[in-house]
Amino acid sequence: MARTTKKSATRTLRPTARATRAPRRRPSRRVLVLVATRKGAWLYHGDATRRMWRADGPHFLGHIVNHLVLDPRDGRTLLAAAKTGHLGPTVFRSTDLGRTWKEAARPPAFAKAPDGGTGRVVDHTFWLTPCHANEPNAWYAGTSPQGLFRSDDGGVTWEPCSVINDDPQYRAWMGSVQDGTPDGPKLHSIIVDPRDPAHLYMAMSGGGVHESVDGGRTFAPIVKGMEVVEGFDPATIAFHDPHCVRLCPGNPDRLYQQNHCGIYRLDRPSNEWTRIGKSMPKRVGDIGFPMVVHPRDADTVWVFPMDGQTVWPRTSPEGMPAAYVTRNGGKSWQRLDSGLPKSQAWWTVKRQAMTADAQDPVGLYLGTTSGELWMSRDEGNRWACIARNLPEIYAVEAAAMR
Amino acid sequence: MKVLIPGPLLSYTKKRKVEATGATITELLSDLDRQYPGLRFRVIDEQDTMRAHMRFFVNGEQVFDMTHSLRPTDAVQIVQALSGG
Repeated sequence: MARTTKKSATRTLRPTARATRAPRRRPSRRVLVLVATRKGAWLYHGDATRRMWRADGPHFLGHIVNHLVLDPRDGRTLLAAAKTGHLGPTVFRSTDLGRTWKEAARPPAFAKAPDGGTGRVVDHTFWLTPCHANEPNAWYAGTSPQGLFRSDDGGVTWEPCSVINDDPQYRAWMGSVQDGTPDGPKLHSIIVDPRDPAHLYMAMSGGGVHESVDGGRTFAPIVKGMEVVEGFDPATIAFHDPHCVRLCPGNPDRLYQQNHCGIYRLDRPSNEWTRIGKSMPKRVGDIGFPMVVHPRDADTVWVFPMDGQTVWPRTSPEGMPAAYVTRNGGKSWQRLDSGLPKSQAWWTVKRQAMTADAQDPVGLYLGTTSGELWMSRDEGNRWACIARNLPEIYAVEAAAMR
Repeated sequence: MKVLIPGPLLSYTKKRKVEATGATITELLSDLDRQYPGLRFRVIDEQDTMRAHMRFFVNGEQVFDMTHSLRPTDAVQIVQALSGG
């Protein structure tokens, strides 16, 4: 089993642009920012004010790391979803905040096809979700092509969820590789209701948003109200392309979604999504990948729009990156670009590469396709770059340290 | 038999040349995985096919069949084809 015990290099960084306003309140817990990239992973340890950041990395240099997640239930276990250009996909696990790593004994893998059949092959594990607080060693993983997996031993062994992976209806809804995103169709946005470990959501690009109320034994689509590409039938689940779905910690009956075709909100028990992106400025539109929810206020969410016109450049609209926030559940949006480049900046932010911490005021973090890590200590009013020259950033997570 | 290990798998074996046994490529990989847990899945997928950029050579000849017969005197080379960027 592959291991590394080498302590990664560390250095302290100061943001290149300083926030002009002091935080309203001193953060109570230090923040650890976990950065997964196309060429490895980095950990950024923040000081008490979130002004100074100590870089710890690279971990798994040369590995394509799609997600790096700290287990909030113990505050020290990390799981990393990794592969290389040559080697198959695996999951690495650390129980000492990345000082040492050990590979999963049985990484996510589809069931072997019966003789004469054609089975699927996991290209990469894309998404990692710790389960409910009452299930301390349980995790879910989403893969490309679309597959759902569960571990009950802290990520050491993974079992395929056959109800999704092998179900003929779900396989039809997943479509083919040609229906997916450029680096492969994905199962993502695996959400566990904080009130009930048996209540799950997950999404597929493509293949829609789905809910389980029985711990993953059965799933059903929730796509009503979601639009699809013009000319196609929204009743066909396969045509739906949710990019990122988030549940509000402040109100677990509310979900937000950034979709290929707009920004949406869902208030349960309703099963009908409402397109709230129509109130975005017309010249910016409501296409993008990440969706970030406020840790306490269910009316506040952030998005990072992307140019989805014509050939889908997947850049910031007009080369001017900006986050947008709504503080009224999507009735209106405000542009947040102070500190970000004003022109000729053609990067964008992938679906897992923007997140929030749980401090007050909320800190926002985003990683760019050009390898820059930006953060805001004041909920997006002012942005500062805390790392440059990283590889293309795939995922950013912010965790509270104990 | 002697097996030459490519650079990406040295994190498992820690050395370039290892000894392993098996009457076929499949059996050889099972023995390698027994000695170096996790190695096999990085090279062979869950449908028992070689991953896209991994190649096997036996006595200098490339083989594609996982049931290819091996003798104890054979020299096996696992090679990573160029990929990535």
